[in-house]
Amino acid sequence: MSETSHENVSEKHLPSEQENGHGAVAVADDPFADPGLPPHEPRIQDIDERAAKRSERVVAMLFTASMLATLGFIASFVLVPVDKIIYVWPAGRIGALNFALGMTLGVALFCIGAGAVHWARTLMSDHELVDERHAISAEPDTKAKVMEDFAQGAKESALGRRSLIRKTMFGALALVPLSGVVLLRDLGPLPGDKLVHTLWSKGKLLVNENTQQPLRPEDIGVGSLTFAMPEGLEEDDEDFQQQIAKAALMLVRLEPDDIKDKRELDWSHEGIVAYSKICTHVGCPVSLYEQQTHHVLCPCHQSTFDLSDGARVIFGPAGHALPQLKISVNKDGFLEAQGDFEEPVGPAYWERRA
Amino acid sequence: MSTATETNAPKRKAPAGERVADWADGRLGVYSLAKANMRKIFPDHWSFMLGEVALYSFIIIILTGVYLTLFFHPSMNEVEYHGSYVPMQGVRMSEAFASTLDISFDVRGGLLVRQIHHWAALIFLGAMFVHMMRVFFTGAFRKPREINWLFGFLLFVLGMFTGFTGYSLPDDLLSGTGVRFMEGAILSMPIIGTYGAMFLFGGEFPGHDFVARFFSIHVLLLPGIMLGLLVAHLILVFYHKHTQFAGPGRTNKNVVGMPLLPVYMAKAGGFFFLVFGVISAIAAAFTVNPIWALGPYRPDQVSTNAQPDWYMGFSEGLIRIMPGWEIHLWGHTIVMGVFIPLMVFPLVLAAIAVYPFIESWVTGDKREHHIADRPRNAPTRTSFGAAWIAWYTVMLIGGGNDLVATHFDLSINAITWFVRIAFFVVPVVVFFITRRVCLGLQRRDRDKVLHGRESGIIKRLPHGEFIEVHQQLSQEQLHTLTAHDQHKPYEAGPEVDENGVQRKVSRGQKLRARLSRGYYGEQAQIPKPTSEEYTEQLTSGHGHH
Repeated sequence: MSETSHENVSEKHLPSEQENGHGAVAVADDPFADPGLPPHEPRIQDIDERAAKRSERVVAMLFTASMLATLGFIASFVLVPVDKIIYVWPAGRIGALNFALGMTLGVALFCIGAGAVHWARTLMSDHELVDERHAISAEPDTKAKVMEDFAQGAKESALGRRSLIRKTMFGALALVPLSGVVLLRDLGPLPGDKLVHTLWSKGKLLVNENTQQPLRPEDIGVGSLTFAMPEGLEEDDEDFQQQIAKAALMLVRLEPDDIKDKRELDWSHEGIVAYSKICTHVGCPVSLYEQQTHHVLCPCHQSTFDLSDGARVIFGPAGHALPQLKISVNKDGFLEAQGDFEEPVGPAYWERRA
Repeated sequence: MSTATETNAPKRKAPAGERVADWADGRLGVYSLAKANMRKIFPDHWSFMLGEVALYSFIIIILTGVYLTLFFHPSMNEVEYHGSYVPMQGVRMSEAFASTLDISFDVRGGLLVRQIHHWAALIFLGAMFVHMMRVFFTGAFRKPREINWLFGFLLFVLGMFTGFTGYSLPDDLLSGTGVRFMEGAILSMPIIGTYGAMFLFGGEFPGHDFVARFFSIHVLLLPGIMLGLLVAHLILVFYHKHTQFAGPGRTNKNVVGMPLLPVYMAKAGGFFFLVFGVISAIAAAFTVNPIWALGPYRPDQVSTNAQPDWYMGFSEGLIRIMPGWEIHLWGHTIVMGVFIPLMVFPLVLAAIAVYPFIESWVTGDKREHHIADRPRNAPTRTSFGAAWIAWYTVMLIGGGNDLVATHFDLSINAITWFVRIAFFVVPVVVFFITRRVCLGLQRRDRDKVLHGRESGIIKRLPHGEFIEVHQQLSQEQLHTLTAHDQHKPYEAGPEVDENGVQRKVSRGQKLRARLSRGYYGEQAQIPKPTSEEYTEQLTSGHGHH
């Protein structure tokens, strides 16, 4: 507080050129000297009791508005149906209950705040006061006492002298957290080759993701992506999410002459090519297809792959091409896989072989 | 106290409030606390409320968050939805997603609380960011406040991750995509990547564990640490007392303002209600994160315009602009395209966090500073901060490159290339422009002090010349404009001492001297006017034309 003495401020911690604060020290020979706090300017409320009364009424009105808004909140909660939709400019069509509750709560809170601030600004004293600061660092004799106490304590513990105790104690303290680390081991299984294999294998039919029906070559139209998953994978399977995260497939029909990559052509059937849908960047499903150029774009980070050229990366942050699935047609005329992907699908990782 | 009460007892009984306070004082020593703090002085400046916005939105997040835990089921068990939102009926989804739909459509007011929670989180991070910039540009991080700067910085970083784990909880299509990105980022780490991913997700992505795990991180671990840091942050603000801007009567040894009781308490307490009220109104009118429109997460589906919340946007930018380099060595893959952004992400943040320590090393300034700098008076610091903000903004643009492309009808490839180049160029350009602007403003201040303020009055002299009358500044204004320190550059000393003997000057010292010249050399600051210059101006009459 301003009345506290500040004799224990150690000068070396403070800028030497600073003046000692408040009070007029203006001197003719230093036009830049600190003139001290300017005199207090009274507000209208300080002079005119009617103005002060007006302020009081405004504050009371705000607090009353808050009370009414809270009643409005309770009334809205009881009266407005939970599924009613209304149009509010500029927000558009929104839930009526949400709007009513939020607005009444907002008004109830805002008016308390506005009342308190108005009260503080117009009616509470606005005389500026001064507190002195004190240096954070301790005085030398305080520091000396602490050092002495510490030396005494250290000496009495004999930690420095009894090195056997010291070393074994540090050893024990260093080892004991290991138990905590070991406990984390069962957070999950070891990776093994889990990232390498998918559900695809030789002879598995390609099932349309939307209709759940096995796909025939004639189901794959020109100019659009068809999404497929392996036969036997059901949505209510326990591990459906993990499996579809790797096995998701996209099919597109190209003109065989348009296919630039030799292997791609070999692994296709009548120009139908099957690629992993999982982006090789960080695993988003690639899903935007441009039929003129045969490019597919990942909507997350815009990696772009050329499906007519081995799905190589032509733009964006992906590091390698989308893996292709070798397909053909079985004797019943359904599309089937000729095996699993030959490389891991999805993002690259340390153990992945190029 | 007890003796005092006994002697007073025969005369009259103390009022109830005083008796309660006596009781508490006997156990907690509240009178000593109150003596030191009840009339504690707080300086006033509009920018000091930014930290308050952050504090209050954090409190709002905790209040609404506790409410949400009453209804949210942090479980990835698959259920078929049968709630009142018709378009999703019969859809298979995790319990987490289903309970979020219930909060949004069946619990009355649940949607409001969810939206207040999310809006408050967006505002919390925004307020912390702007507050941090205020502290940075006014040099309020200098001794003795460096540790509090770090506490604040940690709060910002932890806030980002609390936000990320929070918006991942509903297990919707958008947030699931963000979690998948996180899996990819972990996989990119050399050697430990696959293990990290398996351990985090309890097996292969997405598994059945991450919602429950993120839940305990989001509601317990991170907020617990943040609460501790927040309390420490506030205790230090109290202990150091607030900074203030230079002005008449305001020095480095005092603090001028209004007392805690009643003015600051009413203003700051009232401000909590203002912030809460405004956020409620925003949550009433503007839908945030409409998970019902996105649907539950499936790893083979995605929505376009996939964007994280704004505070994660700069890391999104890093990942989008990085070329997809992969290095193949001895049967292993180093995924530079993902791993480099993952490493640059903390470096971007660390650049601003360590700045106070670099500045104090370069300046060698060991004094306490309680007067906030005007940004123009610390041109190098201001330029560095502006460059950092520009850098951050470039990354944000990179993170929203698809939105920029669709809104402004531009090529996404062109934007990405622009951001790749701007990442390196823009901060440098902004640094030099800002420095010029600061020096220009310093010149203007100097001019104002020496020649006065332009009065707007045009005078015609007898010989026909027109001049504008300048008015001398008041002593208050003169003092305010000249109160700042101007440092001299650090000298490493001569390489040869007075006896001609080679003197050892370490490379660190040389670097420090060079940096210090960059900070405080002749080209880096305009000398502030001296009182001699001022009096000379007055007497020679140039000041009055």
